Amino acid sequence: MIDLLVELSKYVFIIMIGIYTYFCFRVFSKKGEDYKNLLYLKQKIIIFLLHFMMNFIVFIQIDSMELIIFYLAQVIFFAALPALYNVIYPRASKLLLNNMCMLLMIGFVMLSRLSFDRAVRQFEIVVASAVITLFVPYLIRKITFLKDLTYFYAGTGIILLAIVFIIGRVTYGAKLSFEIAGIGIQPSEFVKIIYVFFIASMLCKSKEFYQVLQTSIFAAIHVIILVISKDLGSALIFFIAYLFMLYIATHKLLYLGAGTLLGCVAAVAAYFLFSHVRVRVLAFTDPFSVIDNEGYQVTQSLFAIGTGGWFGMGLYQGYPKLIPVVEEDFIFSAISEELGLLFALCVILIYLSCFIMFIYIAMQIKDEFYCLCTTGLACVLGFQTFLTIGGAVKFIPSTGVTLPLISYGGSSCFSTMIIFAIIQGIFISQKTKTPGKHKKEVS
Amino acid sequence: MKFSSLFNNKKKRSKSRNDDQQDYDLYIENYDDYAQEDYLVDRKKPSNGKQLMLVTYIFVAVFVAMMGYTVYYQAVKSPEVINSSYNKRQDIFSDKIVRGKILSNKKEVLAETQVSSDGTETRYYPYENIFAHVVGYSAKGKSGIESNANFTLLRSNAPLLERIKNTLQGEKNMGDNVVTTLDLSLQKTAYNAMGSYRGAIIVMEPETGKILAMVSKPDFDPNTIESSWDSLVADASGESRLLNRVTHGIYPPGSTFKIITTLAYLRQNNNDVDSYHFDCTGSITKDNVTINCYHNSVHGDIDLKTSFAKSCNSSFANIGLILDKGKFAKTCDSLLFDQKLSLPFSYKQSSVSISEDSDTDEVMQTAIGQGKTQMTPLHMAMITSAIANEGDVMKPYLIDSVENYEGTLIKEYSSKKSCTIMSEEEAGILKELMRAAVTEGTASKLSTSTYTAYGKTGSAEYNNEKGMSHSWFTGFAEANGKTIVTTIIVEGAGSGSEYAVPIAGKLFSEYFTNE
Repeated sequence: MIDLLVELSKYVFIIMIGIYTYFCFRVFSKKGEDYKNLLYLKQKIIIFLLHFMMNFIVFIQIDSMELIIFYLAQVIFFAALPALYNVIYPRASKLLLNNMCMLLMIGFVMLSRLSFDRAVRQFEIVVASAVITLFVPYLIRKITFLKDLTYFYAGTGIILLAIVFIIGRVTYGAKLSFEIAGIGIQPSEFVKIIYVFFIASMLCKSKEFYQVLQTSIFAAIHVIILVISKDLGSALIFFIAYLFMLYIATHKLLYLGAGTLLGCVAAVAAYFLFSHVRVRVLAFTDPFSVIDNEGYQVTQSLFAIGTGGWFGMGLYQGYPKLIPVVEEDFIFSAISEELGLLFALCVILIYLSCFIMFIYIAMQIKDEFYCLCTTGLACVLGFQTFLTIGGAVKFIPSTGVTLPLISYGGSSCFSTMIIFAIIQGIFISQKTKTPGKHKKEVS
Repeated sequence: MKFSSLFNNKKKRSKSRNDDQQDYDLYIENYDDYAQEDYLVDRKKPSNGKQLMLVTYIFVAVFVAMMGYTVYYQAVKSPEVINSSYNKRQDIFSDKIVRGKILSNKKEVLAETQVSSDGTETRYYPYENIFAHVVGYSAKGKSGIESNANFTLLRSNAPLLERIKNTLQGEKNMGDNVVTTLDLSLQKTAYNAMGSYRGAIIVMEPETGKILAMVSKPDFDPNTIESSWDSLVADASGESRLLNRVTHGIYPPGSTFKIITTLAYLRQNNNDVDSYHFDCTGSITKDNVTINCYHNSVHGDIDLKTSFAKSCNSSFANIGLILDKGKFAKTCDSLLFDQKLSLPFSYKQSSVSISEDSDTDEVMQTAIGQGKTQMTPLHMAMITSAIANEGDVMKPYLIDSVENYEGTLIKEYSSKKSCTIMSEEEAGILKELMRAAVTEGTASKLSTSTYTAYGKTGSAEYNNEKGMSHSWFTGFAEANGKTIVTTIIVEGAGSGSEYAVPIAGKLFSEYFTNE
């Protein structure tokens, strides 16, 4: 009987997330506000239903009281967060809010299936982050000097990255984090936000060649420190974010083209200079020839996705733990194995809808600084998602970055929630500033 | 203050329209000041719409490409990938599914799982030792087709309703059956023809790459693998019974390698067969290295065709000396020596040692198939099938199709071209030479009217002991528009013409008289 429920549940999950994802894109249509609010409500219902059913399916298989308590705590959280937003920021984007909850929810379900302790830890961090980030939209609206802190951003960012490089502890061959009072912090997750602010504040002042050069030098310092710390994923994210922000600021395709070219040259150079880059590339081009060593992780990930097939093995029916660091870099494979590739593709589309919403917001903003910030943060999030998932499915070499809001990792989750909050803040202030002008926008 | 600055700014704008850039900078500079509070002025700022759209398109394209690749992986690549023996997930399926059958090309059962009334499962191999290596075993690890098709055998494509019913009742589903390319009668013939010798036989269709028979001896009984496992692994007598000699046995090719030497000669002499002449006195000496003909036979004044047909060692050592060493090495490369064969099952790579730096001894030894050269019977069969198939190698394969337990076809594997290793003309000339070996040379026992045979024999010396040699034959036969290739090695038997050739004869007549 349990088998049958598990077997049937996976199809229901796919149908429900399919409908949810459809709504994610439906809201970009030109329909009226009421219609859209109805869609948002339906999305919310789906989140709660899916959340309940997934936990139910796990519960009938492991029969643990802890899970019920944990589930109820999550329900309170998912009810409270949108309610609080509704009271404090009634104009906040409900699409982004829903998507954030959906992704967090999938993260909690997968983590509590992979490692219950880590799921609880993650939940604590998310709750704390949610409380803190609740103030962010307010601050974005009230602090007027954000665009003037130019060199403060660059200085802080570079110093933080340099500290990691010097005293950071090594995880999986890369220096990513250091410890304060027993808590591991991964500064690059936060530096990427102020780095975007730095570039935005530089480029909104002037687009002269000298200014661009100066910005490029500071951006390059960030990237180089990350490369020598072997944090290739972050280095790439920083580089791509800069490239697109520069393009949006200057409107010069030349910069985009030259930057891409430079990036390719740098990538080739890195291949010959650093052995860890070669290892990653080898694990990408022919993982089965080094299946016992470098290629182990990615082949396990491919086994997981392939074995799960289109509809998945069913929640708690697969062996996702065979993949090393599955909770962090390869959680996408675990989702695909147990919930099916179709479900996993919907997750990708939800990220894509967040990205499109970010850009949509950037288009509405009159203030160039905030427009650039939004674009930069959109690129950071979009590209990070691409790197993680692309690495897990072997579309690109694996770079070891986390899947925003789903992967285990306090710094990553906190910083992503800050990004969402900043964009909410920008969105809200843009809406209040132009009353009556954008009635038909996505909210 | 802010209003006045705005005012001034506007005035400046109207004054200095010529100096656009300066004006623009100033405007941007002040724009931020008043933007915070003043919403009435229609603030003009360069629109980013187009650029932002482009960024969106780029990201959407990248995401769509990634999703497309994932779908492609799932639909096309994953069946092969997840079948890897490294995929530990396979075992979970055996709790829910009764392992499927392995069938011959005419659907005779080669392996099946028998379930007793108390639910105990036993894997049963009706032909015992005959298919030991190729079909393999599935206890104590897995080998052969049992390993290659493991995942397929543990998947069930039984009718959906039936599967739901079984799941509800907590019963196992029936796994899918694998239909192989193996031919029962040819396999039996090959197995019996090998007798008590050690060695390997492979029979395949050159036009499709289908492997019809694969025999390796000494063998074992997969039915009793669990009880005999310890002694098989300990291998006290050094017989390597578990080793599939067709795919993993590496042997000195002996005179069969003269096919490759001949091809190298043809490539360096514009396919000119007729102008080569050599006076064989039973041996040849250069730089204190002497190569003898088999049994010191004196072949006299011979051309290329006769050298090949009679398998004259002196003449081929001489050809080796004529050849450009670098080009010789290139020819070997093009025939997949020291290279991956990219096959759907595991194998050992063949190796040859010839380069610009090779000394006289190495060149002469390599040219006649001795020296450091080592190859698998499988590789030799692939080269031979290229000759039979106008230069193209079809990828050898063992699994023809997959059907559900009721016999409904689920998936069919088609033959695929692996690569072209020689031109049609080269293949034609080699074919002619191999024919000559049958009509006037070492493989004359294959002269018959039932089929037209082509081949090359070999007696490969090993362990540097004179008189101890492996008996080789590689060749093919045609009749009624059908062709089959066989490569045979009988370990330590003696000359190729005496031991390996008659086995080929039995296989050919079995194949062509029974069709």
